[in-house]
Amino acid sequence: MALHIVVCVKSTPSSMNIGVDAATGLPKTAGIPTALNPFDEFAVEEAVRLKERVPGSTATALTLGPDAAAEVLREAIARGMDAGVLVCGAEFEGGDSLATSRALSAAIKKLHAEKPVHLVIFGKNTSDVGAGVVGTQTAAWLDWASASAIKKIDSIDEQSATVTRMMEDGVDTVKLTLPACLSTVKEINEPRLPSLKGKMASKKAVFPKWTAADLGLEPGQVGAAGAGSAILKASLPPARPAGLKVEGATAAEKAAKLIDILVERKLI
Amino acid sequence: MANAILAVILPSRGALSAASYELLGAGRVLADALKQPLLAAVIGGNAATLAADIASRGVDRVLVVEHPSLSNFTEEAYANAAAAAAKISGASRVILPSTVVGRAVAARLAVLLKAGLATDVTEILPSGAIRRGCYGGNLIAEVEFKTGIAVLTVAPMTFPRTEPKGSPAPLEAVSFDPGTAKSECLSFKAEESREIDLGAAEKVVSGGFGLGGPEGFKLLFNFAHALGAAVGASRRAVDSGWIAYRHQVGLTGRTVRPKLYVAVGISGQIQHLAGMSSSSTIVAINTDKDCPLMQMASISVQGEYAELLPLITDEIKRRKGHTAAA
Repeated sequence: MALHIVVCVKSTPSSMNIGVDAATGLPKTAGIPTALNPFDEFAVEEAVRLKERVPGSTATALTLGPDAAAEVLREAIARGMDAGVLVCGAEFEGGDSLATSRALSAAIKKLHAEKPVHLVIFGKNTSDVGAGVVGTQTAAWLDWASASAIKKIDSIDEQSATVTRMMEDGVDTVKLTLPACLSTVKEINEPRLPSLKGKMASKKAVFPKWTAADLGLEPGQVGAAGAGSAILKASLPPARPAGLKVEGATAAEKAAKLIDILVERKLI
Repeated sequence: MANAILAVILPSRGALSAASYELLGAGRVLADALKQPLLAAVIGGNAATLAADIASRGVDRVLVVEHPSLSNFTEEAYANAAAAAAKISGASRVILPSTVVGRAVAARLAVLLKAGLATDVTEILPSGAIRRGCYGGNLIAEVEFKTGIAVLTVAPMTFPRTEPKGSPAPLEAVSFDPGTAKSECLSFKAEESREIDLGAAEKVVSGGFGLGGPEGFKLLFNFAHALGAAVGASRRAVDSGWIAYRHQVGLTGRTVRPKLYVAVGISGQIQHLAGMSSSSTIVAINTDKDCPLMQMASISVQGEYAELLPLITDEIKRRKGHTAAA
């Protein structure tokens, strides 16, 4: 038994301190350094751990983005993935989760045709849009099973996987027929740092670059043309009013004053 | 078919929750904005028994999607059920709660309907566009939909909960094809502690690295119990092993929007602020008056938590006792 695991990763701004572009009214990301989306580290790590659990398995990193996004594929290789694929082209610009998941699903189909895919792993969400839906949407385009908020892969073979899903009120055990897509939570593992061997491999890695045409998609099905939503504008959150300092000679006095304020504001 | 707003009610373990009523509240805002009727679809293994409650809360019609395949949550079956309801209702907008279940159903549904999707919606504009936070809450994005039908998940603790009123709306059973099951929920294990869920809590009390260890969290739990609050924590406290990850608030944990958020011994790293900065009232208790959380708090108390928390806890108990006696 050997598995083929795909991990979808994204290059996102490494700072969350994003302003508004005065000219476009949209988030100003130009010039902000990018890195592997933090939650994707957990997805990559899980794929590498599955490779260790099931010897002979391979793991492929997949990303959609500009040419520079190849850097996150390199990071994934450094962390132990075997190969990477870059989905890239001007036609993909301006896409939302609907268009992005469609392109990713087409790329996964192409990988699946070359070497059957058993599992596709996603991080919890990206640090930029932060919706946490692309994993499930990709599964829907593929008509594959999916499960989200996964904190553990309990068992896996080529036919099925049993996983633990973290719900608001407890945990579910879910059995999925493979191939399937999983969206994970950070509780699933503790990512290790890139190894020296991995770093060496990442320097030499060459990534195929697939356009919409390579994926059998029309330009109208991807990017802004294939999107179901668009950001009209962005704004900074409203400033919070100046705070109230609770003063007092003793801790008891401060405690009583705090409670007075909370009672007055009907919060107790 | 006439357009409509469809609120998809997703019972949790066979029961309705506050999130269900908040969803109807958001649906009402959207229905009034777009001048369309508000429909609800109740999805589950026992949907029919829950439909009457929903029908009494100011909706125009309730679709009931009940099927044995919906007894336990799987993404495919639930999305197929929601899609069947969306098609029958002629919905222009389908709204769901921003829970694990709601987010996954919304994601699949958007693909099934080829619909635009926006999650964690905090505001519905008269035009039908929405606002949601992005970049860890540092920016608010205004999103418009380019498709005739759009799918939204609404942020918890954001829209008013609807109360029963008027005469009940008519019920209508909807059949659907669950398809071949590709996944199956084998079992559920409830969280052992009977703590209030963070995401739905009106009050949250969070502890940080300043609590110094698990002993500090005991004081915090006592405080939370007296206040009737859920317990949260900063990443550093969780990473130190003082409290379980499910309590973590912030970019890599849960996002909360309670009426009252009390941060004890939390300095306020940007990652933590991302998870709680839209709380209505923020109280900070810290020895460092200059830390970011003390600076942004609605109410700040400078001092030692070990001294302040027991005093505050006793004071709440004393006053609640008085109220009960009166």
